[in-house]
Amino acid sequence: MKRATTRKKTSVGEKVFVFLNGFFMILFVIITLYPVWNTLVISLNNGTDSLRGGLYLWPRMWTLKNFNTVLHKKNLLVGAYVTVARTIIGTLMALGANAILAYIVSRKRFLFKRQLSLFWVITMYVNGGLIPTFLLFKGLGLTNNFLVYIIPGMISAFYMLVIRTFMVGIPDSFEESAQLDGAGDVVIFTKIISPLCKPVYATVALFCAVGHWNSWFDAMLYNRMNSNLTTLQYELMKLLSSVTNQSTSVESMKNAVGTVTPTSVRAAATILTMLPIVCLYPFLQRYFVTGLTIGGVKE
Amino acid sequence: MKRQKVLLLWSLVYVIYGFIFCYLPLAGWLMAFENYKPKDGFFHSQFIGLGKFKQLFVDDGFLRVIRNTLAMGVINLVVTFVAAIVFAILLNELKSQGGKKVVQTISYLPHFLSWIIVTGILHDALSGTGIVNDLLLRFHLLKEPLNFFAHPKYFWGIVAFANVWKETGWNAIIYLAAIVAIDTNLYEAAAIDGAGRWARIRYITLPGIKPTIIILLLMNAGNVLNAGFEVQYLLGNGLVQSVSQTIDIYVLKWGISQGDYSLGTAAGVFKSVVSIVIILIANGMAKRAGEERLF
Repeated sequence: MKRATTRKKTSVGEKVFVFLNGFFMILFVIITLYPVWNTLVISLNNGTDSLRGGLYLWPRMWTLKNFNTVLHKKNLLVGAYVTVARTIIGTLMALGANAILAYIVSRKRFLFKRQLSLFWVITMYVNGGLIPTFLLFKGLGLTNNFLVYIIPGMISAFYMLVIRTFMVGIPDSFEESAQLDGAGDVVIFTKIISPLCKPVYATVALFCAVGHWNSWFDAMLYNRMNSNLTTLQYELMKLLSSVTNQSTSVESMKNAVGTVTPTSVRAAATILTMLPIVCLYPFLQRYFVTGLTIGGVKE
Repeated sequence: MKRQKVLLLWSLVYVIYGFIFCYLPLAGWLMAFENYKPKDGFFHSQFIGLGKFKQLFVDDGFLRVIRNTLAMGVINLVVTFVAAIVFAILLNELKSQGGKKVVQTISYLPHFLSWIIVTGILHDALSGTGIVNDLLLRFHLLKEPLNFFAHPKYFWGIVAFANVWKETGWNAIIYLAAIVAIDTNLYEAAAIDGAGRWARIRYITLPGIKPTIIILLLMNAGNVLNAGFEVQYLLGNGLVQSVSQTIDIYVLKWGISQGDYSLGTAAGVFKSVVSIVIILIANGMAKRAGEERLF
Protein backbone atom coordinates (compact mmCIF):
# COMPACT_ATOMS: atom_id res chain seq x y z
CA MET A 1 0.00 0.00 0.00
CA LYS A 2 2.72 2.38 1.01
CA ARG A 3 4.66 1.65 -2.14
CA ALA A 4 1.72 2.47 -4.29
CA THR A 5 1.33 5.89 -2.70
CA THR A 6 4.99 6.78 -3.15
CA ARG A 7 4.83 5.77 -6.77
CA LYS A 8 1.80 7.95 -7.28
CA LYS A 9 3.59 10.89 -5.75
CA THR A 10 5.26 11.80 -9.01
CA SER A 11 5.51 15.55 -9.26
CA VAL A 12 3.04 17.65 -11.17
CA GLY A 13 5.76 18.62 -13.63
CA GLU A 14 6.39 14.98 -14.36
CA LYS A 15 2.72 14.36 -15.09
CA VAL A 16 2.48 17.39 -17.34
CA PHE A 17 5.54 16.19 -19.21
CA VAL A 18 4.17 12.70 -19.78
CA PHE A 19 0.86 14.12 -20.95
CA LEU A 20 2.39 16.68 -23.29
CA ASN A 21 4.84 14.17 -24.66
CA GLY A 22 2.08 11.71 -25.46
CA PHE A 23 0.06 14.49 -27.05
CA PHE A 24 3.05 15.55 -29.11
CA MET A 25 3.67 12.01 -30.35
CA ILE A 26 0.05 11.61 -31.42
CA LEU A 27 0.21 14.94 -33.24
CA PHE A 28 3.43 13.82 -34.93
CA VAL A 29 1.83 10.59 -36.11
CA ILE A 30 -1.22 12.44 -37.45
CA ILE A 31 0.88 14.98 -39.34
CA THR A 32 2.96 12.16 -40.82
CA LEU A 33 0.12 9.89 -41.84
CA TYR A 34 -2.70 12.25 -42.67
CA PRO A 35 -1.40 13.54 -46.04
CA VAL A 36 -0.88 9.97 -47.23
CA TRP A 37 -4.32 8.96 -45.99
CA ASN A 38 -5.92 11.97 -47.67
CA THR A 39 -4.28 11.04 -50.98
CA LEU A 40 -5.76 7.57 -50.62
CA VAL A 41 -9.19 9.07 -49.96
CA ILE A 42 -8.98 11.28 -53.06
CA SER A 43 -7.82 8.36 -55.17
CA LEU A 44 -10.89 6.35 -54.16
CA ASN A 45 -13.37 9.19 -54.62
CA ASN A 46 -15.22 10.30 -57.72
CA GLY A 47 -12.93 12.86 -59.42
CA THR A 48 -15.50 15.55 -60.22
CA ASP A 49 -16.95 15.24 -56.75
CA SER A 50 -13.49 15.77 -55.22
CA LEU A 51 -13.32 19.21 -56.84
CA ARG A 52 -16.02 20.41 -54.46
CA GLY A 53 -13.43 20.09 -51.70
CA GLY A 54 -14.09 19.17 -48.11
CA LEU A 55 -12.84 15.63 -48.65
CA TYR A 56 -10.79 14.63 -45.63
CA LEU A 57 -11.19 11.37 -43.86
CA TRP A 58 -13.43 9.15 -45.94
CA PRO A 59 -14.46 8.99 -49.62
CA ARG A 60 -17.88 10.49 -50.39
CA MET A 61 -18.48 8.75 -53.69
CA TRP A 62 -16.52 5.54 -53.92
CA THR A 63 -15.04 4.61 -57.25
CA LEU A 64 -12.18 2.57 -58.69
CA LYS A 65 -12.28 4.52 -61.95
CA ASN A 66 -9.18 6.55 -61.03
CA PHE A 67 -7.14 3.40 -60.63
CA ASN A 68 -8.67 1.96 -63.75
CA THR A 69 -7.60 5.06 -65.70
CA VAL A 70 -4.06 4.85 -64.35
CA LEU A 71 -3.76 1.20 -65.30
CA HIS A 72 -4.76 2.05 -68.87
CA LYS A 73 -2.31 4.89 -69.34
CA LYS A 74 0.45 3.64 -71.59
CA ASN A 75 3.14 6.06 -70.37
CA LEU A 76 2.58 5.06 -66.75
CA LEU A 77 2.76 1.38 -67.62
CA VAL A 78 5.99 1.87 -69.56
CA GLY A 79 7.31 3.91 -66.63
CA ALA A 80 6.41 1.16 -64.19
CA TYR A 81 8.08 -1.48 -66.34
CA VAL A 82 11.30 0.53 -66.71
CA THR A 83 11.31 1.39 -63.01
CA VAL A 84 10.96 -2.24 -61.95
CA ALA A 85 13.71 -3.24 -64.38
CA ARG A 86 16.13 -0.57 -63.23
CA THR A 87 15.38 -1.26 -59.58
CA ILE A 88 16.15 -4.97 -59.88
CA ILE A 89 19.11 -4.77 -62.25
CA GLY A 90 20.51 -1.59 -60.75
CA THR A 91 20.32 -2.86 -57.19
CA LEU A 92 21.99 -6.18 -57.99
CA MET A 93 24.78 -4.52 -59.98
CA ALA A 94 25.39 -1.85 -57.35
CA LEU A 95 25.40 -4.37 -54.53
CA GLY A 96 27.89 -6.62 -56.32
CA ALA A 97 30.15 -3.77 -57.33
CA ASN A 98 30.21 -2.14 -53.89
CA ALA A 99 30.67 -5.46 -52.13
CA ILE A 100 33.68 -6.48 -54.24
CA LEU A 101 35.25 -3.06 -53.79
CA ALA A 102 34.67 -3.25 -50.03
CA TYR A 103 36.21 -6.73 -50.04
CA ILE A 104 39.34 -5.46 -51.78
CA VAL A 105 39.91 -2.51 -49.46
CA SER A 106 39.17 -4.53 -46.34
CA ARG A 107 41.92 -7.11 -47.06
CA LYS A 108 44.77 -6.41 -44.65
CA ARG A 109 47.25 -8.10 -46.98
CA PHE A 110 46.42 -5.81 -49.90
CA LEU A 111 49.21 -3.29 -50.45
CA PHE A 112 47.13 -0.45 -51.87
CA LYS A 113 44.08 -0.70 -49.62
CA ARG A 114 44.49 2.81 -48.23
CA GLN A 115 45.10 4.40 -51.61
CA LEU A 116 42.12 2.69 -53.20
CA SER A 117 39.91 3.70 -50.28
CA LEU A 118 41.04 7.29 -50.53
CA PHE A 119 40.50 7.27 -54.29
CA TRP A 120 36.82 6.58 -53.65
CA VAL A 121 36.34 8.65 -50.50
CA ILE A 122 37.48 11.72 -52.43
CA THR A 123 34.58 11.21 -54.83
CA MET A 124 32.20 11.79 -51.92
CA TYR A 125 33.41 15.36 -51.62
CA VAL A 126 34.47 16.38 -55.10
CA ASN A 127 32.66 15.81 -58.35
CA GLY A 128 32.61 17.40 -61.76
CA GLY A 129 29.11 18.74 -61.47
CA LEU A 130 26.10 18.64 -63.71
CA ILE A 131 27.38 20.04 -67.01
CA PRO A 132 30.67 18.12 -67.38
CA THR A 133 28.91 14.93 -66.32
CA PHE A 134 26.11 15.54 -68.79
CA LEU A 135 28.55 16.12 -71.64
CA LEU A 136 30.56 13.05 -70.68
CA PHE A 137 27.51 10.80 -70.65
CA LYS A 138 26.45 12.24 -73.96
CA GLY A 139 29.90 11.53 -75.36
CA LEU A 140 29.80 7.97 -74.04
CA GLY A 141 26.46 7.37 -75.72
CA LEU A 142 24.63 7.06 -72.41
CA THR A 143 21.84 9.43 -73.42
CA ASN A 144 18.61 7.79 -74.59
CA ASN A 145 20.03 4.62 -73.14
CA PHE A 146 18.75 2.39 -70.37
CA LEU A 147 22.31 1.88 -69.13
CA VAL A 148 22.49 5.46 -67.84
CA TYR A 149 20.29 4.27 -64.96
CA ILE A 150 22.63 1.41 -64.12
CA ILE A 151 26.27 2.11 -64.89
CA PRO A 152 27.21 5.61 -63.68
CA GLY A 153 25.72 5.40 -60.19
CA MET A 154 26.85 1.85 -59.56
CA ILE A 155 29.55 2.62 -57.01
CA SER A 156 28.86 4.80 -54.04
CA ALA A 157 31.73 5.48 -51.67
CA PHE A 158 29.26 5.68 -48.81
CA TYR A 159 27.83 2.20 -49.38
CA MET A 160 31.32 0.87 -49.92
CA LEU A 161 32.35 2.27 -46.51
CA VAL A 162 29.31 0.77 -44.83
CA ILE A 163 30.12 -2.69 -46.20
CA ARG A 164 33.82 -2.27 -45.49
CA THR A 165 33.18 -1.38 -41.85
CA PHE A 166 31.20 -4.60 -41.54
CA MET A 167 33.84 -6.71 -43.29
CA VAL A 168 36.65 -5.33 -41.16
CA GLY A 169 34.77 -6.71 -38.16
CA ILE A 170 35.02 -10.28 -39.48
CA PRO A 171 37.94 -12.08 -37.79
CA ASP A 172 40.96 -12.80 -40.02
CA SER A 173 40.92 -16.44 -39.00
CA PHE A 174 38.03 -17.13 -41.41
CA GLU A 175 40.09 -16.01 -44.36
CA GLU A 176 43.30 -17.61 -43.12
CA SER A 177 41.84 -21.06 -42.70
CA ALA A 178 40.27 -20.87 -46.14
CA GLN A 179 43.63 -19.88 -47.58
CA LEU A 180 45.27 -22.90 -45.97
CA ASP A 181 42.73 -24.98 -47.87
CA GLY A 182 43.94 -23.32 -51.05
CA ALA A 183 41.02 -20.98 -51.60
CA GLY A 184 41.61 -17.96 -53.82
CA ASP A 185 39.97 -14.54 -53.59
CA VAL A 186 36.94 -15.53 -55.64
CA VAL A 187 36.15 -18.38 -53.25
CA ILE A 188 36.93 -16.36 -50.12
CA PHE A 189 34.69 -13.53 -51.28
CA THR A 190 31.74 -15.62 -52.44
CA LYS A 191 31.86 -18.56 -50.02
CA ILE A 192 33.37 -17.15 -46.82
CA ILE A 193 32.91 -13.39 -46.52
CA SER A 194 29.66 -12.75 -48.40
CA PRO A 195 27.50 -15.20 -46.43
CA LEU A 196 28.61 -13.46 -43.23
CA CYS A 197 27.74 -10.07 -44.70
CA LYS A 198 24.10 -10.81 -45.42
CA PRO A 199 22.73 -8.19 -43.00
CA VAL A 200 24.83 -5.37 -44.38
CA TYR A 201 24.15 -6.49 -47.96
CA ALA A 202 20.44 -6.30 -47.19
CA THR A 203 20.90 -2.78 -45.87
CA VAL A 204 22.76 -1.55 -48.93
CA ALA A 205 20.38 -3.34 -51.30
CA LEU A 206 17.47 -1.64 -49.57
CA PHE A 207 19.03 1.81 -49.88
CA CYS A 208 19.88 1.22 -53.56
CA ALA A 209 16.43 -0.11 -54.37
CA VAL A 210 14.68 2.87 -52.78
CA GLY A 211 17.00 5.21 -54.64
CA HIS A 212 16.22 3.57 -57.98
CA TRP A 213 12.51 3.42 -57.32
CA ASN A 214 12.35 7.13 -56.46
CA SER A 215 14.67 8.64 -59.04
CA TRP A 216 13.35 10.84 -61.80
CA PHE A 217 16.04 13.39 -62.58
CA ASP A 218 18.16 11.04 -64.67
CA ALA A 219 15.12 10.10 -66.72
CA MET A 220 14.37 13.77 -67.35
CA LEU A 221 17.94 14.79 -68.08
CA TYR A 222 19.20 11.92 -70.19
CA ASN A 223 16.25 9.98 -71.56
CA ARG A 224 13.57 12.59 -72.10
CA MET A 225 13.57 12.04 -75.86
CA ASN A 226 12.81 8.35 -75.58
CA SER A 227 9.37 7.71 -74.13
CA ASN A 228 10.15 4.01 -73.84
CA LEU A 229 12.78 4.77 -71.19
CA THR A 230 10.67 6.96 -68.93
CA THR A 231 10.34 6.13 -65.24
CA LEU A 232 7.35 6.04 -62.94
CA GLN A 233 8.43 9.02 -60.86
CA TYR A 234 9.12 11.11 -63.94
CA GLU A 235 5.65 10.38 -65.29
CA LEU A 236 4.24 11.24 -61.89
CA MET A 237 6.11 14.53 -62.00
CA LYS A 238 4.59 15.34 -65.40
CA LEU A 239 1.16 14.59 -63.96
CA LEU A 240 1.88 16.93 -61.06
CA SER A 241 2.90 19.84 -63.26
CA SER A 242 -0.13 19.31 -65.48
CA VAL A 243 -2.31 19.55 -62.41
CA THR A 244 -0.69 22.64 -60.92
CA ASN A 245 -0.73 24.44 -64.23
CA GLN A 246 -4.48 24.22 -64.34
CA SER A 247 -4.88 26.84 -61.68
CA THR A 248 -8.64 26.95 -61.37
CA SER A 249 -10.89 24.02 -60.83
CA VAL A 250 -13.13 25.21 -63.66
CA GLU A 251 -10.33 24.51 -66.07
CA SER A 252 -9.69 21.07 -64.71
CA MET A 253 -13.42 20.47 -64.83
CA LYS A 254 -13.26 21.07 -68.56
CA ASN A 255 -10.38 18.66 -68.95
CA ALA A 256 -12.03 16.04 -66.85
CA VAL A 257 -13.03 12.99 -68.80
CA GLY A 258 -16.28 11.75 -67.32
CA THR A 259 -15.81 11.44 -63.59
CA VAL A 260 -12.02 11.38 -63.65
CA THR A 261 -9.91 14.51 -63.16
CA PRO A 262 -6.14 15.04 -63.38
CA THR A 263 -6.04 15.45 -59.60
CA SER A 264 -7.81 12.18 -58.92
CA VAL A 265 -5.69 10.31 -61.45
CA ARG A 266 -2.55 11.69 -59.89
CA ALA A 267 -3.71 10.63 -56.45
CA ALA A 268 -4.28 7.10 -57.74
CA ALA A 269 -0.89 7.03 -59.46
CA THR A 270 0.76 8.31 -56.27
CA ILE A 271 -0.85 5.57 -54.21
CA LEU A 272 0.22 2.86 -56.67
CA THR A 273 3.77 4.23 -56.75
CA MET A 274 4.18 4.27 -53.00
CA LEU A 275 2.39 0.99 -52.42
CA PRO A 276 5.40 -1.34 -52.74
CA ILE A 277 7.49 0.83 -50.44
CA VAL A 278 4.79 1.29 -47.82
CA CYS A 279 4.13 -2.45 -47.75
CA LEU A 280 7.76 -3.49 -47.52
CA TYR A 281 9.61 -1.00 -45.35
CA PRO A 282 8.17 -1.93 -41.93
CA PHE A 283 9.60 -5.42 -42.37
CA LEU A 284 13.04 -4.21 -43.38
CA GLN A 285 13.44 -1.85 -40.43
CA ARG A 286 16.19 -3.68 -38.62
CA TYR A 287 18.32 -3.67 -41.76
CA PHE A 288 18.34 0.04 -42.31
CA VAL A 289 18.68 0.84 -38.64
CA THR A 290 21.86 -1.26 -38.40
CA GLY A 291 23.05 0.13 -41.73
CA LEU A 292 22.70 3.70 -40.60
CA THR A 293 24.41 3.07 -37.30
CA ILE A 294 27.34 1.37 -39.04
CA GLY A 295 27.47 4.13 -41.63
CA GLY A 296 27.42 6.78 -38.95
CA VAL A 297 30.53 5.38 -37.35
CA LYS A 298 33.50 7.62 -37.92
CA GLU A 299 35.41 6.92 -41.11
CA MET B 1 53.22 -10.97 -53.18
CA LYS B 2 51.44 -13.71 -55.04
CA ARG B 3 48.29 -13.11 -53.06
CA GLN B 4 48.10 -9.56 -54.42
CA LYS B 5 47.56 -10.47 -58.05
CA VAL B 6 43.80 -11.00 -58.07
CA LEU B 7 43.16 -8.03 -55.79
CA LEU B 8 45.36 -5.82 -57.98
CA LEU B 9 43.54 -6.91 -61.10
CA TRP B 10 40.15 -6.19 -59.55
CA SER B 11 41.36 -2.84 -58.23
CA LEU B 12 42.42 -1.90 -61.71
CA VAL B 13 38.83 -2.27 -62.95
CA TYR B 14 37.63 0.00 -60.15
CA VAL B 15 40.30 2.59 -60.81
CA ILE B 16 39.43 2.73 -64.51
CA TYR B 17 35.72 2.95 -63.74
CA GLY B 18 36.26 5.63 -61.10
CA PHE B 19 38.56 7.56 -63.36
CA ILE B 20 35.96 7.69 -66.13
CA PHE B 21 32.84 8.40 -64.10
CA CYS B 22 34.18 10.41 -61.16
CA TYR B 23 37.45 12.03 -62.12
CA LEU B 24 37.07 12.68 -65.85
CA PRO B 25 34.17 15.12 -65.27
CA LEU B 26 36.58 17.15 -63.12
CA ALA B 27 38.61 17.82 -66.26
CA GLY B 28 35.43 19.40 -67.57
CA TRP B 29 36.03 22.27 -65.16
CA LEU B 30 38.31 23.58 -67.89
CA MET B 31 35.13 24.64 -69.68
CA ALA B 32 34.50 27.24 -66.99
CA PHE B 33 37.57 29.07 -68.25
CA GLU B 34 36.68 28.77 -71.91
CA ASN B 35 34.02 30.05 -74.20
CA TYR B 36 33.02 26.48 -74.90
CA LYS B 37 31.39 25.79 -78.24
CA PRO B 38 30.36 22.21 -79.01
CA LYS B 39 31.57 22.58 -82.60
CA ASP B 40 35.08 23.62 -81.48
CA GLY B 41 35.16 20.92 -78.89
CA PHE B 42 36.90 20.80 -75.62
CA PHE B 43 40.43 21.53 -76.80
CA HIS B 44 39.85 24.20 -79.42
CA SER B 45 37.35 26.45 -77.70
CA GLN B 46 38.56 29.96 -76.98
CA PHE B 47 40.27 30.32 -73.57
CA ILE B 48 38.90 33.32 -71.71
CA GLY B 49 40.27 32.93 -68.18
CA LEU B 50 37.93 34.21 -65.51
CA GLY B 51 35.52 35.83 -67.96
CA LYS B 52 32.61 33.54 -67.14
CA PHE B 53 33.09 34.03 -63.42
CA LYS B 54 33.02 37.81 -63.93
CA GLN B 55 29.82 37.39 -65.91
CA LEU B 56 28.36 35.41 -63.01
CA PHE B 57 29.18 37.95 -60.36
CA VAL B 58 27.78 40.94 -62.18
CA ASP B 59 24.55 39.02 -62.73
CA ASP B 60 22.01 40.02 -60.08
CA GLY B 61 20.23 36.76 -60.82
CA PHE B 62 23.26 34.73 -59.74
CA LEU B 63 23.82 36.74 -56.57
CA ARG B 64 20.20 36.17 -55.65
CA VAL B 65 20.63 32.48 -56.37
CA ILE B 66 23.61 32.31 -54.00
CA ARG B 67 21.58 34.03 -51.31
CA ASN B 68 18.69 31.61 -51.79
CA THR B 69 20.94 28.56 -51.71
CA LEU B 70 22.75 29.66 -48.57
CA ALA B 71 19.62 30.79 -46.78
CA MET B 72 17.65 27.62 -47.50
CA GLY B 73 20.70 25.44 -46.84
CA VAL B 74 21.27 26.97 -43.41
CA ILE B 75 17.59 27.09 -42.47
CA ASN B 76 17.09 23.46 -43.49
CA LEU B 77 20.24 22.32 -41.71
CA VAL B 78 19.31 23.99 -38.43
CA VAL B 79 15.62 23.11 -38.51
CA THR B 80 16.04 19.45 -39.49
CA PHE B 81 18.79 19.03 -36.91
CA VAL B 82 16.82 20.45 -34.04
CA ALA B 83 13.69 18.56 -35.08
CA ALA B 84 15.53 15.21 -35.22
CA ILE B 85 17.24 15.68 -31.86
CA VAL B 86 14.08 16.85 -30.09
CA PHE B 87 12.09 14.02 -31.63
CA ALA B 88 14.69 11.42 -30.63
CA ILE B 89 14.82 12.65 -27.04
CA LEU B 90 11.05 12.85 -26.65
CA LEU B 91 10.53 9.47 -28.26
CA ASN B 92 13.06 7.98 -25.87
CA GLU B 93 11.12 9.40 -22.93
CA LEU B 94 7.99 7.55 -24.03
CA LYS B 95 7.32 4.87 -21.42
CA SER B 96 5.39 2.39 -23.52
CA GLN B 97 7.80 0.24 -25.56
CA GLY B 98 5.06 -0.71 -27.99
CA GLY B 99 4.08 2.91 -28.54
CA LYS B 100 7.71 3.80 -29.13
CA LYS B 101 8.02 1.12 -31.79
CA VAL B 102 4.83 2.16 -33.58
CA VAL B 103 5.67 5.87 -33.59
CA GLN B 104 9.18 5.17 -34.83
CA THR B 105 8.02 2.92 -37.64
CA ILE B 106 5.54 5.54 -38.81
CA SER B 107 8.16 8.26 -38.54
CA TYR B 108 10.36 6.57 -41.18
CA LEU B 109 7.65 6.44 -43.81
CA PRO B 110 8.13 9.86 -45.45
CA HIS B 111 11.83 9.22 -45.94
CA PHE B 112 11.03 6.44 -48.39
CA LEU B 113 8.70 8.55 -50.49
CA SER B 114 10.16 10.43 -53.41
CA TRP B 115 10.27 14.20 -53.52
CA ILE B 116 7.82 14.00 -56.41
CA ILE B 117 5.25 12.41 -54.12
CA VAL B 118 6.04 14.65 -51.15
CA THR B 119 5.78 17.86 -53.16
CA GLY B 120 2.59 16.58 -54.77
CA ILE B 121 1.07 15.97 -51.35
CA LEU B 122 2.22 19.38 -50.18
CA HIS B 123 0.58 21.02 -53.18
CA ASP B 124 -2.69 19.32 -52.28
CA ALA B 125 -2.48 20.21 -48.59
CA LEU B 126 -1.69 23.87 -49.27
CA SER B 127 -4.02 24.37 -52.22
CA GLY B 128 -7.08 26.65 -52.06
CA THR B 129 -9.34 23.75 -51.13
CA GLY B 130 -6.71 21.89 -49.10
CA ILE B 131 -6.70 21.00 -45.44
CA VAL B 132 -4.44 23.86 -44.30
CA ASN B 133 -6.63 26.57 -45.77
CA ASP B 134 -9.70 24.80 -44.51
CA LEU B 135 -8.40 24.67 -40.95
CA LEU B 136 -7.24 28.28 -41.02
CA LEU B 137 -10.65 29.40 -42.29
CA ARG B 138 -12.49 27.31 -39.75
CA PHE B 139 -10.54 28.84 -36.88
CA HIS B 140 -11.00 32.30 -38.42
CA LEU B 141 -7.29 32.84 -38.80
CA LEU B 142 -7.90 33.69 -42.44
CA LYS B 143 -10.78 35.44 -44.16
CA GLU B 144 -10.35 33.83 -47.55
CA PRO B 145 -8.25 30.94 -48.90
CA LEU B 146 -4.60 31.80 -49.36
CA ASN B 147 -2.50 30.51 -52.25
CA PHE B 148 0.70 29.75 -50.36
CA PHE B 149 2.71 29.12 -53.49
CA ALA B 150 2.01 32.57 -54.91
CA HIS B 151 3.83 34.51 -52.18
CA PRO B 152 7.64 34.58 -51.97
CA LYS B 153 7.54 35.14 -48.20
CA TYR B 154 6.21 31.64 -47.51
CA PHE B 155 8.51 29.69 -49.79
CA TRP B 156 11.54 29.12 -47.54
CA GLY B 157 9.26 28.11 -44.70
CA ILE B 158 7.44 25.61 -46.90
CA VAL B 159 10.73 24.10 -48.04
CA ALA B 160 11.95 23.84 -44.45
CA PHE B 161 8.70 22.20 -43.39
CA ALA B 162 8.89 19.75 -46.28
CA ASN B 163 12.38 18.74 -45.19
CA VAL B 164 11.35 18.35 -41.57
CA TRP B 165 8.30 16.29 -42.54
CA LYS B 166 10.30 13.99 -44.77
CA GLU B 167 13.46 13.44 -42.75
CA THR B 168 12.84 13.92 -39.02
CA GLY B 169 12.11 10.28 -38.23
CA TRP B 170 14.95 9.07 -40.38
CA ASN B 171 17.52 11.48 -38.96
CA ALA B 172 16.43 10.58 -35.44
CA ILE B 173 17.51 6.94 -35.92
CA ILE B 174 21.13 7.72 -35.31
CA TYR B 175 20.43 9.85 -32.22
CA LEU B 176 18.20 7.16 -30.78
CA ALA B 177 21.01 4.67 -31.25
CA ALA B 178 23.35 7.08 -29.45
CA ILE B 179 20.87 7.59 -26.60
CA VAL B 180 20.43 3.85 -26.13
CA ALA B 181 24.20 3.53 -25.84
CA ILE B 182 24.30 5.87 -22.82
CA ASP B 183 25.00 4.04 -19.55
CA THR B 184 21.64 3.57 -17.78
CA ASN B 185 23.42 3.72 -14.39
CA LEU B 186 23.84 7.44 -14.96
CA TYR B 187 20.09 7.92 -15.14
CA GLU B 188 19.50 5.81 -12.05
CA ALA B 189 22.12 7.67 -10.08
CA ALA B 190 20.67 10.99 -11.17
CA ALA B 191 17.15 9.88 -10.26
CA ILE B 192 18.33 8.92 -6.76
CA ASP B 193 19.91 12.35 -6.42
CA GLY B 194 16.53 13.81 -7.20
CA ALA B 195 17.15 14.94 -10.74
CA GLY B 196 13.90 15.46 -12.61
CA ARG B 197 13.24 14.60 -16.20
CA TRP B 198 14.46 17.91 -17.59
CA ALA B 199 17.64 17.74 -15.55
CA ARG B 200 18.33 14.22 -16.81
CA ILE B 201 17.80 15.28 -20.43
CA ARG B 202 19.86 18.41 -19.94
CA TYR B 203 22.81 16.88 -18.06
CA ILE B 204 22.93 13.26 -19.24
CA THR B 205 21.19 12.70 -22.58
CA LEU B 206 22.37 15.82 -24.37
CA PRO B 207 26.03 15.53 -23.33
CA GLY B 208 25.82 11.81 -24.15
CA ILE B 209 24.86 12.42 -27.75
CA LYS B 210 27.06 15.48 -28.22
CA PRO B 211 29.78 13.64 -30.19
CA THR B 212 27.15 12.26 -32.56
CA ILE B 213 25.63 15.69 -33.01
CA ILE B 214 28.98 17.22 -33.83
CA ILE B 215 29.99 14.53 -36.31
CA LEU B 216 26.68 14.79 -38.13
CA LEU B 217 26.79 18.58 -38.10
CA LEU B 218 30.24 18.40 -39.68
CA MET B 219 29.13 15.93 -42.31
CA ASN B 220 26.12 18.03 -43.20
CA ALA B 221 27.80 21.42 -43.11
CA GLY B 222 29.62 20.57 -46.32
CA ASN B 223 26.29 19.82 -47.91
CA VAL B 224 24.76 23.22 -47.19
CA LEU B 225 25.11 24.25 -50.81
CA ASN B 226 23.90 20.85 -52.04
CA ALA B 227 20.67 21.04 -50.11
CA GLY B 228 18.85 22.77 -52.86
CA PHE B 229 17.62 21.12 -55.94
CA GLU B 230 14.71 18.73 -55.97
CA VAL B 231 12.30 20.47 -53.58
CA GLN B 232 12.93 23.91 -54.99
CA TYR B 233 12.71 22.68 -58.57
CA LEU B 234 9.46 20.85 -57.92
CA LEU B 235 7.78 23.45 -55.70
CA GLY B 236 9.01 26.59 -57.43
CA ASN B 237 6.93 28.49 -59.95
CA GLY B 238 7.10 31.77 -61.83
CA LEU B 239 5.62 33.76 -58.97
CA VAL B 240 8.25 32.79 -56.41
CA GLN B 241 11.31 32.25 -58.57
CA SER B 242 13.15 35.18 -56.98
CA VAL B 243 13.38 33.15 -53.76
CA SER B 244 13.11 29.58 -55.05
CA GLN B 245 15.98 29.30 -57.50
CA THR B 246 19.20 27.76 -56.21
CA ILE B 247 22.65 27.34 -57.71
CA ASP B 248 21.80 23.88 -59.01
CA ILE B 249 18.67 25.15 -60.73
CA TYR B 250 20.68 28.03 -62.18
CA VAL B 251 23.20 25.53 -63.58
CA LEU B 252 20.41 23.47 -65.09
CA LYS B 253 18.71 26.51 -66.55
CA TRP B 254 21.75 28.15 -68.10
CA GLY B 255 23.86 25.10 -68.77
CA ILE B 256 21.33 22.64 -70.14
CA SER B 257 18.26 24.61 -71.22
CA GLN B 258 20.07 27.67 -72.59
CA GLY B 259 23.10 25.72 -73.77
CA ASP B 260 25.70 28.04 -72.17
CA TYR B 261 27.84 25.15 -70.96
CA SER B 262 30.68 27.41 -69.82
CA LEU B 263 28.50 29.60 -67.63
CA GLY B 264 26.78 26.57 -66.11
CA THR B 265 30.11 24.91 -65.40
CA ALA B 266 31.50 28.10 -63.83
CA ALA B 267 28.55 28.24 -61.44
CA GLY B 268 29.05 24.56 -60.62
CA VAL B 269 32.78 25.04 -60.00
CA PHE B 270 32.04 27.96 -57.70
CA LYS B 271 29.65 25.81 -55.71
CA SER B 272 32.07 22.88 -55.42
CA VAL B 273 34.97 25.04 -54.31
CA VAL B 274 32.91 26.84 -51.67
CA SER B 275 31.59 23.48 -50.41
CA ILE B 276 35.10 22.10 -50.00
CA VAL B 277 36.19 25.26 -48.15
CA ILE B 278 33.21 24.93 -45.80
CA ILE B 279 34.08 21.28 -45.08
CA LEU B 280 37.71 22.17 -44.33
CA ILE B 281 36.69 25.05 -42.05
CA ALA B 282 34.17 22.89 -40.19
CA ASN B 283 36.76 20.18 -39.78
CA GLY B 284 39.35 22.66 -38.54
CA MET B 285 36.92 24.12 -36.03
CA ALA B 286 36.12 20.69 -34.67
CA LYS B 287 39.82 19.94 -34.38
CA ARG B 288 40.45 23.12 -32.43
CA ALA B 289 37.53 22.42 -30.11
CA GLY B 290 39.08 19.02 -29.41
CA GLU B 291 36.12 17.18 -30.88
CA GLU B 292 35.98 14.28 -33.24
CA ARG B 293 36.80 15.07 -36.82
CA LEU B 294 35.87 13.78 -40.21
CA PHE B 295 39.45 13.33 -41.37
